[in-house]
Amino acid sequence: MRIALVDGPIDVSALIVEVSDDSCGAATVFLGCVRDVNEGRAVTGIEYSAYRSMAEREMTAIAREAAERFGVTRLVVEHRLGTLRLGDVSVAVVAAHPHRAPALDAMRFAIEQLKRRVPIWKLELYVDGTREWVGAGAVPEGVR
Amino acid sequence: MTVTVLLFASYADALGKSAIELDVAPGSTVRDILGTLSAMPGGDRLPPRPLVAVNQEYASASTALHGGEEVAVIPPVAGG
Repeated sequence: MRIALVDGPIDVSALIVEVSDDSCGAATVFLGCVRDVNEGRAVTGIEYSAYRSMAEREMTAIAREAAERFGVTRLVVEHRLGTLRLGDVSVAVVAAHPHRAPALDAMRFAIEQLKRRVPIWKLELYVDGTREWVGAGAVPEGVR
Repeated sequence: MTVTVLLFASYADALGKSAIELDVAPGSTVRDILGTLSAMPGGDRLPPRPLVAVNQEYASASTALHGGEEVAVIPPVAGG
């Protein structure tokens, strides 16, 4: 298993090759992509930033948890940072396993946990030239 | 003793900086740090109970500080 924050394009084909071997009857891929509209506003791109050291730590913890829960050790998670344009892949989760159910479950678990726990932020860039932090208006859960 | 406070995204914009060295009294907690930040210019734009991590682990308001820690104030995350 491997996780990474990357500053350039994500090579999805390379990730599939990386996790697969002859024992794997299934490989699952989730890609998160930059979408052209968010909450009714036309988007031109997104600037991703992170608390890198903690993000890597949380992503590693998620990959370990996926291995424990689903027995999927052939897992790679890459999240891209920096300025991305429409259609660019911002995150890729690729899992492989002898059977499809664990590969699907591990992939779903990893992306849902990433979105919940990993300190990464989106600054959305709009067609009208304005920009806004996504989720900044949300009420935080509060210090635990 | 001192701690390094890290601010990100909308919180960094609110305070106008992304890192602050703070002198804190022995026995201070995360709650005390948040109180100090809220009194700074722009600190009123932080929520009253933001998420906080101490040395890259999510912490609670009562987490004690001993000096030298990295205290990160974490806006709502939005990866993916």
